[in-house]
Amino acid sequence: MTLTQQIITIGMVIFGTALTRFLPFLIFPADKPTPKYIRYLGRVLPAAVFGLLIVYCLRNVNFFTGDHGLPEIISIGIVIALHLWKKQMLLSIAGGTICYMLLVQIIL
Amino acid sequence: MQQLTKKAPWIMAFKTAFPYTLPIFAGFWFLGMTYGIYMNVSGFNFLYPMFMSLLIFAGSVEFVAVSMLLGAFDPLQAFLMTVMINARHLFYGISMLDRYKGVGWKKFYLIYGMCDESFSINYTAKIPENVDKGWFMFFVTFLNHMYWFTGAALGGIFGSLIRFNTEGLDFVMTAMFVVIFMEQWMKDKDHTSALMGIGLSLVCVIAFGSDHFMIPAMISIVAILTVLRKPLERKGDEEI
Repeated sequence: MTLTQQIITIGMVIFGTALTRFLPFLIFPADKPTPKYIRYLGRVLPAAVFGLLIVYCLRNVNFFTGDHGLPEIISIGIVIALHLWKKQMLLSIAGGTICYMLLVQIIL
Repeated sequence: MQQLTKKAPWIMAFKTAFPYTLPIFAGFWFLGMTYGIYMNVSGFNFLYPMFMSLLIFAGSVEFVAVSMLLGAFDPLQAFLMTVMINARHLFYGISMLDRYKGVGWKKFYLIYGMCDESFSINYTAKIPENVDKGWFMFFVTFLNHMYWFTGAALGGIFGSLIRFNTEGLDFVMTAMFVVIFMEQWMKDKDHTSALMGIGLSLVCVIAFGSDHFMIPAMISIVAILTVLRKPLERKGDEEI
């Protein structure tokens, strides 16, 4: 890619990202009351979205061949255990990541 | 005493917002530097992670953008990929419609900088009565933005000095979303939405494949939550 092509590509990513952030505010302006249905969605959606994001991260893991997704399963187990134990966001994230790196680099 | 209470509203808001952002400071430096290093080892000058972290400010798509930049030039695909990956922002926006009302000029920046973490703090934080809501959310957004930006820039600058095997470092994103999911889970009394999010996404990965599951998953989540609106709203009322 040339520099111009790179700038255009990055520009598209900036524009696409901003669009997803601004669109709801453009469709439902502040001076008009937001429809009840949209407000309901605003309340219940976040929980589902975080679940979707986890699956998004794991979408390319193959649980039936190779390592059967064991590094992911074990490391997520570590994240959950650490977080239930200490409730320290950074500790849970760092612990799980270090565990995963050790598993994929050394053991498996 | 009089002087103290008459302090500019932004000072008070900054002091209230700062502690909320501390965990994200460490997290974003860690993630941001990872991103900067990743760009560095992929052969990009530090100016790339610097400008991209500042102007895009959306973690997952910035990682994906690295492979876009290494692949063939396809601006339309870059745009569509970005919209699909970031489509969850639509959900954040819908959740923030009321919260961002009446904050004046800051609203533009609040929307521009609405990342996963700023959204979750601004969505859940109980802002004290005497603290200006607009300034509080501004500083949460701004501080997080700057953590990410400085982390990515530092990673990009010093990435070449770091010589260790980075394989598996990308798991940091998975770990972060697992933690955010758990935080939301512990806050919710009803877990229907959380379980639907995981379950329907899994079904869609199996049905549509890993590259095309995001949009069907989002549509089916909205559909099922729409169908379940009456029972879920009733449950919500009982809790209050």
